[in-house]
Amino acid sequence: MAAHSAVLSMSKIINPFWGGRLGNTVKVFGTTLTSHRNKTLLTGENIPPPAKYGGRHTVTLIPGDGIGPELLNHVREVFRFSCVPVDFEVVNVNSALETDDDMNNAITAIRRNGIALKGNIETKHTMAPSVKSRNNLLRTSLDLYANVMHCQSLPGVQTRHKNIDIMIIRENTEGEYSSLEHESVSGVVESLKIITRNNSLRIADYAFKLAREKGRRRVTAVHKANIMKLGDGLFLQCCREVASGYPDITFDSMIVDNTTMQLVSKPHQFDVMVMPNLYGNVVSNVCAGLVGGPGLVPGANYGNAYAVFETATRNTGKSIAGKNIANPTAMLLASCMMLDHLKLYDHATMIRHAVLKTMNETRLHTADIGGQGTTSEVVQTIMRIIQSGGQLTTEL
Amino acid sequence: IWYGHFLLPYLLNQILFSIALPQFLQLSLIQTVTLIPGDGIGPEISTAVMKIFEAAEAPIQWEERNVTAIQGPGGKWMIPPDAKESMDRNKIGLKGPLKTPIAAGHPSMNLLLRKTFDLYANVRPCVSIEGYKTPYSDVNLVTIRENTEGEYSGIEHVIVDGVVQSIKLITEQASQRIADYAFEYARNNQRASVTAVHKANIMRMSDGLFLRKCREAAEKHKDVKFTEMYLDTVCLNMVQDPTQFDVLVMPNLYGDILSDLCAGLIGGLGVTPSGNIGANGVAIFESVHGTAPDIAGKDMANPTALLLSAVMMLRHMGLHGHAKKIEAACFDTIRDEKVRTKDLGGNSKCSEFTEAICQRVRDMQ
Repeated sequence: MAAHSAVLSMSKIINPFWGGRLGNTVKVFGTTLTSHRNKTLLTGENIPPPAKYGGRHTVTLIPGDGIGPELLNHVREVFRFSCVPVDFEVVNVNSALETDDDMNNAITAIRRNGIALKGNIETKHTMAPSVKSRNNLLRTSLDLYANVMHCQSLPGVQTRHKNIDIMIIRENTEGEYSSLEHESVSGVVESLKIITRNNSLRIADYAFKLAREKGRRRVTAVHKANIMKLGDGLFLQCCREVASGYPDITFDSMIVDNTTMQLVSKPHQFDVMVMPNLYGNVVSNVCAGLVGGPGLVPGANYGNAYAVFETATRNTGKSIAGKNIANPTAMLLASCMMLDHLKLYDHATMIRHAVLKTMNETRLHTADIGGQGTTSEVVQTIMRIIQSGGQLTTEL
Repeated sequence: IWYGHFLLPYLLNQILFSIALPQFLQLSLIQTVTLIPGDGIGPEISTAVMKIFEAAEAPIQWEERNVTAIQGPGGKWMIPPDAKESMDRNKIGLKGPLKTPIAAGHPSMNLLLRKTFDLYANVRPCVSIEGYKTPYSDVNLVTIRENTEGEYSGIEHVIVDGVVQSIKLITEQASQRIADYAFEYARNNQRASVTAVHKANIMRMSDGLFLRKCREAAEKHKDVKFTEMYLDTVCLNMVQDPTQFDVLVMPNLYGDILSDLCAGLIGGLGVTPSGNIGANGVAIFESVHGTAPDIAGKDMANPTALLLSAVMMLRHMGLHGHAKKIEAACFDTIRDEKVRTKDLGGNSKCSEFTEAICQRVRDMQ
């Protein structure tokens, strides 16, 4: 807290005019300063083991809106069928309410259990602008600073580009998503984009460590430093600093508009990409589209102490909710990532293998990838493959 | 003062426009356009466009101007006064690629032009070129990007060492202007729908304001369908099925990313036209690729981007007949595959490509 107050007083000295606005931004990065003092190593091994009692893990489950509840029900079904030693603590968040009580309950539950699996919570525009995005609130409160998405072309899915394999690491807490806005004069709105050295170093470090762990050769930083010279310039500088400590991995940078152009024409040139929040949103959605759509790619949000798993493109899917046509692949693969995180590798491999086999071999596809199957049919097929997987599930 | 000299042509022009006459009779009304050749390959592609326009007998007279930044009184950087005067007079301009010097001490030329003429809308029609194969076919959309404010306002501060703040500015006036322009464009070009691209779930107030203005403009133009979509959903759907989009309107940063994404869908910046609409009826059409200094002067450049921008300019001026002719000639030449420049996968020179198009245009007369 000393650092927090030191920054506040320093900011008041430096620029009294900006003092009011600085107060907001200090609140935002104040938490990162204090957590910096308690910094632990960034890779998964040092996250304390989550809640485990009697050999069974407890995981928070947030159904969310749209297709979230039905997909998560299918996940529970598959887990029960495969005798996975995981119990779900369900926390419902009502997006229609204006208070944050539901969200605070959910956050407390995640702090208690350490891990969560969630659907997307809708942000209604009809409510006042002071009601912020609940998903964003969750990410910033738990300091889930790294959003990791692995885009891989699946052989059974028809796409325009084949053999794509890109890892995207996106800064998850600051940047354009700081939710700091004000109307200075009537009709003029300012939105602040915050880039801090600490968070940029942290995410760059995470990216390079992950690249090394997975045996990747190249990391590309995506930015717009020719226009936002100070903001993205700082981000790029931090990436370069971290890159110098990893001589075995090549580092280069690319401007975001050129990146999107290259992604749709020559996506194979990319290996690992690291970027601030908004560009991460754009690039991850473009890559998800390239490999076949939002129903196929799982995403993970990692912090130092917590991990939350969800679909990579975070869609609510309101238009297809309740119709039994949603693609369960993304959510099931996300739950496998969660099982890997819990070190239940055998269960994870078994379910993942069943999901991919359904996708690639049986060709039972849902409507979003051009098939005619329903969600329940796909889930039934997955469970059948698990059952006939060779090893009796009771042996695990 | 003796007005007799002007009376007969004036009356003749009035009669010409009040009765529908074949287009060749309107050749009496030659319009002057300011031409800024630019740097690098700029001069050679400008010459190519001028040649093609001559072959098509388009009623255009070119006024060439140079725009190197000069320092005016008081130290403020500006474009040369004769260029500004020419553009203010002619209202329409065609521009080649301009070099952005890295350490020249002055802002980029494109930025200077934008500020001088208040070019608030950047319009990029992205249509798949039949002869040039990309993984995406049947792309036919237009991106309209707000070009003056938003994330590119350039207001940044270092708050404390290690913390930087960039300000994204959204004003009611600019949002209203771009929304109105988008609907007018849709109406004038027979476009069925306009989609507003935003991120109002995260940036509640700023993108919320932009969205509100778009909704208001939609109310005033009920004949055009209006939808709104999140930026990430647009990106996701764009790479899977670009045919579902028609006209897209958005603030500065999203526009930058999306317009380049759409350019990538049809084949890159070498074949993409672009137009900038300003206040007071000024419109500058440009090619958005770079100056390509490595191939400058070697007769290897591809004039397609500048040519298609010039065609966009003709449509803006109402000369649809000539626009169609030149565009068809260009697409036919590319489809023919006999004379293509190196970047399109062929081996021909720029002059050969230009001559092929000129020949086709002459055959069409």
